[in-house]
Order: sequence, then C-alpha cells, then structure tokens
Amino acid sequence: MTATNTGVRRNKTLSHIVRDKWLYILALPGLIYFLIFKYLPMGGVIIAFKDYVPFLGVMGSKWAGLKWFNYFFNNPIFGTLFKNTMTLSLMNILFFFPAPIILALLLNELRSQKYKKAAQTLLYIPHFVSIVIVCSITYVMFNSNGVVYKMTQAITGNTVNFLMSPAAFRPMIIGQTIWKETGWGTIIFLAALASVDVEQYEAAMCDGAGRLRQLWHITLPAIRSTIVLLLVLRMGSVLDTGYEHLILMANAMNRSVSQTFDVFVYQQGIQSGQYSYATAIGLFKAVISVTLILSSNWAAHKMGEPGLY
Amino acid sequence: MEATRRNNLRIQQSFLSRAFDTFNIAFIGLCSIATILPFLYVVAASFATEREIVERPMFIIPRDISLAAYKYIFSSNMLIKAFGNSVFITVAGTVINMMFTVTLAYALSKKALAGRNIMLNLVIFSMFFSGGMIPSYIVVRSLGLIDTYWSVLLPGAISAYNMMIIKNFFQNLPDGLEESAKLDGCTDIGALLHVVIPLSMPVIATFSLFYAVGHWNSYFQAMLYMSKSPNKWPLQVTLRQLILLSSAMAADPGSYTSDYMKPPDQSVKMAVIVVSTVPILCVYPFLQKYFAKGVMIGALKG
Repeated sequence: MTATNTGVRRNKTLSHIVRDKWLYILALPGLIYFLIFKYLPMGGVIIAFKDYVPFLGVMGSKWAGLKWFNYFFNNPIFGTLFKNTMTLSLMNILFFFPAPIILALLLNELRSQKYKKAAQTLLYIPHFVSIVIVCSITYVMFNSNGVVYKMTQAITGNTVNFLMSPAAFRPMIIGQTIWKETGWGTIIFLAALASVDVEQYEAAMCDGAGRLRQLWHITLPAIRSTIVLLLVLRMGSVLDTGYEHLILMANAMNRSVSQTFDVFVYQQGIQSGQYSYATAIGLFKAVISVTLILSSNWAAHKMGEPGLY
Repeated sequence: MEATRRNNLRIQQSFLSRAFDTFNIAFIGLCSIATILPFLYVVAASFATEREIVERPMFIIPRDISLAAYKYIFSSNMLIKAFGNSVFITVAGTVINMMFTVTLAYALSKKALAGRNIMLNLVIFSMFFSGGMIPSYIVVRSLGLIDTYWSVLLPGAISAYNMMIIKNFFQNLPDGLEESAKLDGCTDIGALLHVVIPLSMPVIATFSLFYAVGHWNSYFQAMLYMSKSPNKWPLQVTLRQLILLSSAMAADPGSYTSDYMKPPDQSVKMAVIVVSTVPILCVYPFLQKYFAKGVMIGALKG
C-alpha cells in the first residue's frame, strides 16, 4: 500500500518535471550563474586556510591551518583597521542616519505640494550619480584651484589641503554620503507618512493639539517601525564600510584613517597579491557580519517589528 | 480670563507655526540649492577659460564662453573610446541582466515547480553570505575572463534582490491568460514571451533602467578585472584616472609612479565630469517616474 503510494507520488513528480521541462530550461542559465559566480567563490574561501599559490590552484595549494588568522589578529594593523572601521560606521550612524528622517519630516510639513515636488526632484538627483563623479566633483572643488580651498584661504588666511589631510578624511566621507543619499533616503519615510489617515490630524486639531504635538503623537509613531528596522539593519552591517567609496578618497597621505577592513582586503589581495591573507580577513568580516545581521533581525522581531525575513 | 489666555496661546501658536513654515521653506530651498549647486558650478567651469577658474572662486555663469575643454576631450581618442566602452557595457550588460533575471524569475514564480524551494533558498542564502572579493576574483580569473568585457558583464548578471521582486510581480499576475495561451499550444517559453512579458512592460522597463544606471555608474569591477586593458575601460575608470589619481600624484609624486600622467587642466576635468553625468540626467525623468513604482513593488512581500 505505502509502496504503491510512494510509487504513484514518484511517478507524479516525474510527470510534473516532464510537464515543466521548459520552466527548468528557463531557470537553468540563472541557476548556473548562481552556482558559478556565488557558490564557487563561497567554496573558494577555503584558501583562507591554505597557502594559496595561483600556479597550484585552489585544490593543489598546501593547507596552512589558522596561520593567516593568527597572523592577522597578532598584527598591530588589526587594531588600526578595527578602530577605523568602527569610527567611520559610528559617525555614519550618528550623522548620516538621522538626516533622511529629519528631511522627510520637514518635507512632510511643507504646505505647498508643488514646492515639495520640485524640492524632491532636485534632492533625488545625486543618488543616481556615480560615486566616481561625486568624488571627482569633491576633488575639483577642494584642490588648490577649487572653490572651497580658495574660500578657506580667503577667510582664515591659511591653506588647508583637505584631500590629503587625515583629519579631513572622515568628515569628507560622511559629508559626501549625506549629500548623495539623504534625499533618496527620505522616500521610505515619506511613503510611510503618506499612509497616515488625514482624519487623525483633523481629530488632533479639534482636540487643540498644536503641530508639535501632532508630530509627536501621530507623525513619529507612523514612521517609528521604519526607523527601528533601518537602525537595526544598519547595526548589523557595522563592519561594512564599502570599498568603492573609500578607495576613491584614500591616498598615501590619509592611509592612517582610510584603511578599513574592506579597503585592506582590496590592498592586500588585489594590489599585493596576498590572496590567502586577504581571504582570511574577508572571511572573518563576513562571519561577524552574518552573525550581526541574524542577531539584529532577531532583535527586530523581539521588538515586535516585522524584521527583514 | 481663562478664555483670553487660551486665545493668546492660539495666536502665539499660529505665529510660531507660521514662523516655522517660513523657516522650513527656506531650509528646504537651501538644501535643494546645496544639492544642485556643485553640478551648476562644474557645468559653468567646463565652459569657462582656465584663467577664469583660477581667478574667480565661485560662479554659475562664465564671463567668456570657451569650448576649449570640450574640443580637447573630443580630440583625444581615450575619452571617446571610454565613452563608447561605457555605452557598450551598459547596453550589453543590461540585456544580459534582463535575460538571466526574467527567465529565472518566471520559473521561480510557478509555485507548483518541483524543487522550487531549494532554488529559492539557494538565491536567498547568497544575499546574506558571499565568498568575498578575492575568491570571486580567483573564479573570474580561472574562467579566463580577466581583461575581457565578459568580466564586467557576467559576474553581476543577476541581482538576487531584483530577481525576487520581479518573481513576486509575476506571481501576482492573473493565471487565466497564461492558461489559455497554453491551451492554444504555447509552451512555458511561449507564454512568457507572448503573454507575461507584454503584461509586465512597466516592470521590465523599471528594472532595465535600474540595471542600466548601475552599469553606467560602476567602476569597481572594471578596475578590478580589466586593470591592464585601458582600451576597454569605461568612462568612470578613466575619470578616476584623470581626476583622482592625477591629483593624488600632484601632491605626492612618489606614490603612483607606475601609472603617472600629467594632471589635466581644471576645465578639462570639469568637462569630463559633465560628459559622464549627462546620460544619467537624460534618463532622470524616467527614473523619477519609475523608481517610486520600483520601491513600492519592493515593499510588497509575498
């Protein structure tokens, strides 16, 4: 009885597979893509535990155990990278994270819809512009022929080489991020605010609530869960500083502050050819990141928010 | 007594409220200007003479219009070539992206497909964990793709996030039309081509645009995988070479001796920035029309 049942089911599955053969053929290129370009590299992380020599290949290279991890954790560069990464991330959370929330609240208070639309049109532009362009514009405005350089000279009498100064590096990175992404960041909050029932505001006005109280009791609660969710996710990716942006602004002069885990992996792996060492650092970072993301998602659930998945 | 007090309070509040409105309008206006001003300055400076750029700190209308910078750019082979490379990578890359993404999304949108959950989890897991830069580099290199255009076209062929959104969209389409197409003898491929894609044109357009902007703006993959083939570089890599590296070298000549290049004039830098930005500004109205839709589709889970 059971045997025939499984047999029937197997036949049914088989006939479904035959029926859906065109769907499998459609899925094939995409699946092959994921296997080659996503899963093969995941397997490739074993070179973190080997002395990888390109000539010998991933499989042929000798095992090295935890050599690269020990080397990394006992190297003074680890402290520098950790400090630079955390400082940049915390500055980002402190200065960039609130910016879209504040801007969204202000946009929401505008009475003229036309003015709001016009402002949004301008504010969203930088999001679509390449980070190379953003950094290039920064360079032409801050170099010795640039506007900012000349204005600082006129006002203070001193010349400041912003592009080479370690002290200016972090504020410039955060400033560029604020300039590029604040406008775009408002969208998710404005969408949440658009779903607030206007009647709530009317009822509050009837009860004599001023605009500040309406903000406190209606507007902020409407975006509270979005804020919590984004903050929790941001905490989860605290070790990701991104390399695309930092590599553009990093140079020999600001190395002491521009080296983060991401930048260092690029420098060691690609520029110096230390494949195993760089992979070990990348793996260390990825493991911490996944742990942080999973636990922050768990925290979001605990707070009664839907979380990411 | 109590009534007058309340009345005063209301007047005071409405005054504060109006003061806030004025401040708010001014503040939002300032933010918008701060967003657009650097672009205006770069455009103005690209049409200005080198002398004016050095003499005047800030302007948005040049005194004498000069086309020297643009003449210089279009007389140099390197930038025309880079522009052509960017166009090619963007067009070819977007076509590849959409073919891979839509076919997989369509197959995974069929809930009855045996093995669907395994495939979905395969995709979702890759969103949380990746092998990282170096193992990916080794894979691309061992496939022999280094210094070919394939190295920037294939490794990012599917964005898992975009694929999931398109899959969800397909899932929510009514089944009826596809069923009737199949009764008429269409295969699944036929149903996708003749029924599903025509029904999904706004979504297809949105994600093509997103992918295209991504290709146009990206520099990192080209720098990573085609560093030894300057004749294949897209505009963004050339821009980095011209502006960022040349400035860093001017300050510290010892640091990048291998790819040394004389720093170009300020106005030429401005003109290159303008040429790299204009295509994005040309599609910006469409982006603005579609992105809200994209964000909204993304918000729907299912």
